[in-house]
Amino acid sequence: MTRYTVSLTLVLIAVWLLLSGMWTHPIILPLGAASVALTVWLAHRLGIVDRESDPLHLVLPSIKYWPWLLGQILRANLQVAARILTNPTDLSPRLARVRSTQNSDLGRSIFANSITLTPGTVTIRVSAGEIFYYAISDDLVAELDEGEMDRRVTRLEEEL
Amino acid sequence: MALALDILSWILLLSGSALLLIGGIGLIRFPDFYSRVQAAGLTDTLCSICILTGLMLQADSVPLAAKILFTLLFLLFTGPTAAHALTKTAHHDGLRPWKQDKGGAPSNH
Repeated sequence: MTRYTVSLTLVLIAVWLLLSGMWTHPIILPLGAASVALTVWLAHRLGIVDRESDPLHLVLPSIKYWPWLLGQILRANLQVAARILTNPTDLSPRLARVRSTQNSDLGRSIFANSITLTPGTVTIRVSAGEIFYYAISDDLVAELDEGEMDRRVTRLEEEL
Repeated sequence: MALALDILSWILLLSGSALLLIGGIGLIRFPDFYSRVQAAGLTDTLCSICILTGLMLQADSVPLAAKILFTLLFLLFTGPTAAHALTKTAHHDGLRPWKQDKGGAPSNH
């Protein structure tokens, strides 16, 4: 409990300093400290200071996943852009299912969001062990069926 | 150093703008609702990444760059949520994806 209180306080202080930009103002700075303290106290009273609301333990594992996802987003963007510029009706759109091997809601939502973030595919429904999605062409379905994204998200989930 | 940053920032801003334009063209040229959501996905993802990173390189203070970074993170969370909500609703409503072999005019959905 104390660990998450400390990390929530640190995150709020960092966000406040970055958003206000007034790091030396004699009146604004104490007001910022007061609002951070009030927010932490309110979050405590609400009983929402726990592992789920703590963003810090997500940061380190995500650092390894994000660059890979960024590469996928880049590649998918260029593919869709090329399709738009050459032959926009040369599509083989379909609805498909892909196996998901994540055990937690968080892991599943990371996988589902990653599918949606790469242009060409959109998640429609998430259930335990399976994700139902729309793909703009057959090769994207084959790519997801290979399961590299699923494996990487599961690995990320295990480190969380 | 400043020149290199300027050049990099301009490359990002211009490629972001190009993607925005291509996304807009795709929104018109793609045949049905589902594929148009994908065209909008271009502007949701790489386009905003390019433009906002380009702007971040032009920012003259850390707080300003941080604000742009927060904006980018929010966009990367809300963009997929909106695309998912639209697609799920369309699917729930019984809209079928467009099929090439059926021919005929593209749907107006």
